[in-house]
Amino acid sequence: MVDITPADGIPPAEVAEMELYHPHSWWTKYVFSQDAKVIAIQYSATATGIGLVALVLSWLMRLQLGFPGTFDFITPEAYYQFITMHGMIMVIYLLTALFLGGFGNYLIPLMVGARDMVFPYVNMLSYWIYLLAVLVLVSSFFAPGGPTGAGWTLYPPQAIMSGTPGGQDWGIILMLSSLILFIIGFTMGGLNYVVTVLQGRTRGMTMMRLPLTVWGIFTATVMALLAFPALFVASVMMLLDRVLGTSFFMPAISEMGEQLPHNGGSPILFQHLFWFFGHPEVYIVALPAFGIVSDLISTHARKNIFGYRMMVWAIVGIGALSFVVWAHHMYVSGMHPYFGFFFATTTLIIAIPTAIKVYNWVLTLWRGDIHLTIPMLFALAFIVTFVNGGLTGLFLGNVVVDVPLSDTMFVVAHFHMVMGVAPILVVFGAIYHWYPKATGRMLNETLGRFHFWVTFLGAYLIFFPMHYLGLMGVPRRYAELTDMTVMTESAHHLNSFISIMAFIVGFAQMVFLFNLIWSIRHGREAGGNPWRATTLEWQTPQTPPAHGNFGKDLPIVYRWAYDYSVPGAKEDFIPQNMPGSFGPSREPA
Amino acid sequence: MAETLTHIGQTEPRPAGWQGIAADWSSDQRAFKNVSWGKAMMWIFLLSDTFIFGCFLLSYMTARISTRVPWPNPSEVFALRIGGSDIPLILIAIMTFVLISSSGTMAMAVNFGYRRDRRKTAILMLLTAALGATFVGMQAFEWTKLITEGVRPWGNPWGAAQFGSSFFMITGFHGTHVTIGVIFLIIVARKVWRGDFDTGRRGFFTSRTGRYENVEIMGLYWHFVDLVWVFIFAFFYLW
Repeated sequence: MVDITPADGIPPAEVAEMELYHPHSWWTKYVFSQDAKVIAIQYSATATGIGLVALVLSWLMRLQLGFPGTFDFITPEAYYQFITMHGMIMVIYLLTALFLGGFGNYLIPLMVGARDMVFPYVNMLSYWIYLLAVLVLVSSFFAPGGPTGAGWTLYPPQAIMSGTPGGQDWGIILMLSSLILFIIGFTMGGLNYVVTVLQGRTRGMTMMRLPLTVWGIFTATVMALLAFPALFVASVMMLLDRVLGTSFFMPAISEMGEQLPHNGGSPILFQHLFWFFGHPEVYIVALPAFGIVSDLISTHARKNIFGYRMMVWAIVGIGALSFVVWAHHMYVSGMHPYFGFFFATTTLIIAIPTAIKVYNWVLTLWRGDIHLTIPMLFALAFIVTFVNGGLTGLFLGNVVVDVPLSDTMFVVAHFHMVMGVAPILVVFGAIYHWYPKATGRMLNETLGRFHFWVTFLGAYLIFFPMHYLGLMGVPRRYAELTDMTVMTESAHHLNSFISIMAFIVGFAQMVFLFNLIWSIRHGREAGGNPWRATTLEWQTPQTPPAHGNFGKDLPIVYRWAYDYSVPGAKEDFIPQNMPGSFGPSREPA
Repeated sequence: MAETLTHIGQTEPRPAGWQGIAADWSSDQRAFKNVSWGKAMMWIFLLSDTFIFGCFLLSYMTARISTRVPWPNPSEVFALRIGGSDIPLILIAIMTFVLISSSGTMAMAVNFGYRRDRRKTAILMLLTAALGATFVGMQAFEWTKLITEGVRPWGNPWGAAQFGSSFFMITGFHGTHVTIGVIFLIIVARKVWRGDFDTGRRGFFTSRTGRYENVEIMGLYWHFVDLVWVFIFAFFYLW
């Protein structure tokens, strides 16, 4: 029975406790589980598994670029297939699934003080459809003709023509089917995350007391529910073009001197649909990272987040703005120049809320009691990397600068820094931070520091030289560059150097994986709240949290998530569910 | 003054109007007071689905305004020869009438559901499902007629190939929605008929008890599918 007496001005419970499904067997407890925490682990493990495939693909590409002509098995066709699958897997099947399906499932119910997601059965279906999408994607490696080699943007008309690997084979069909499945599965999970945050919070937990992690994941999920429809429609239409011979995206076109049966379609329409999804997708990956990094910094600097409300509005503002900037990916597509003017303006406006966030992170660190723990190291690395990647975004957001730079390695360097390296640094930081909650043990510190420094410095050694190659005019998407005049001797050396660094960074990830597995049994016992953090997930009666999360009674929230180092308080942190008044809190009124 | 109802029936006063919205969003537990989880989830799903249909319709319009070949005239293509004269859009008019009527029976079902009139609720839901199935049946007839006249996804005898592609894609996607709705109407009607929402019988898959509100949530979906049809009707057939 829920306590119904108002306590300290906390309103009574509006909703009866949810009915939890109690598993009866090993199958329903660990495999077909309806517990968001188990689903989160399933999502994370699947995403990591498919992410490893994408990592190996990146090594194969670097082998070819760094040492052209040495490896016979990497044909130009195979190179295109590697590049396509690497991009698609990393952006959608790894980062989106890991941030929303993994961290979202694990952290949202715990952080808002709920027993589980509001519809656990639908949540479970979400994972299994995601797994199916991944399996369909993987199956394309074994299909006749191999996976599609259309580039991760899958631009028509080339994506479904015979000159592109998989274009007239199974590759593109399986890719599009997998995307459609992913979107259906994601929608099931996404509805859960949104409704849990809006309608499933515990007593005392107002929206303005939510940890920023929840704000980031919540906003990203809302965006995903509105952006993925465009990709869904584009995928369905291209699938019809390929399978039924319609001409949505296919203009009149001839191939090998032969007129194709298509006529009158618009390739630009696909680009609009794709980027209406594609640009919000950048922030679907970035916003959860913003949120998580805010919490890591505040916890490990023992200081309240600076400008909490501004941080929330910046997240919401970035989310809204990201829907009106998509055509900055299409400056060279031949659209009207005035469109470029409009989209360059909106793109640069996004710099304002983003800069607010960066300033606030730095001001949170200012005179904080900074503990250089591994999560903190990753958080700091994120800020630096995100600023670097963001600054090159200013170059590419301007039409006149973008035109000469587009389709060069500069673009590759930019988006890897800003939406590859930066979010993945947060993923690592978050894993080091929450692993003790999920397993009850700390990750190994020495291996962790090794992993951090190699990954952080290595990423810079990989991607900084790439900017330089791009400015020289080295194009992206080319398997073979030996005879190009821009490829001077020094550029070749640089490419080999980048490749070697990529292998070293890749090796560090193996160390990380070893650490993940080794520490489950051999890590140091963590206790319930090793970082002395305020948020609700650290206040659970059991670690790892049991089914239902909070034992007999749901927690009641009395304060925001950032009461660190409050003057006059006994400890340097006050958990959100601790009643009473302890001195001048900086919680916004 | 509106009121928030707690789960034990206590009422909490809250301000009305814009101030009420601000108060609700800055309150704890729920942003939409007195909106259940299921209803909130259906509304958000419908918002997402709106974007899907919006993208389909916008793509179709782009194709239609940018084609250089004439677009077939819907009044002629969708005419039926009845009693020696061509009547334009007659089948579509009947289909639209049937679907809109089904929204009426659905609304009545929701009403009787909240009055706990199990028999009338179930009958009205089954009637709604029957009207929905009739709609899908007439759509199948229309597809058959067009296919026998030579319309294919990749071309047709009268003009732009995108006519057939858009037609089959959009009406097919909408028809799928109607079909899914019919299936779920029958499932929920069966639960109402059997009295699951009174006895607290648990769902076969979800292991959860349902409430009469499920009829209303089902209705939200059904009215949405109806509303989408109005837009398809306007943009595809009347344009």
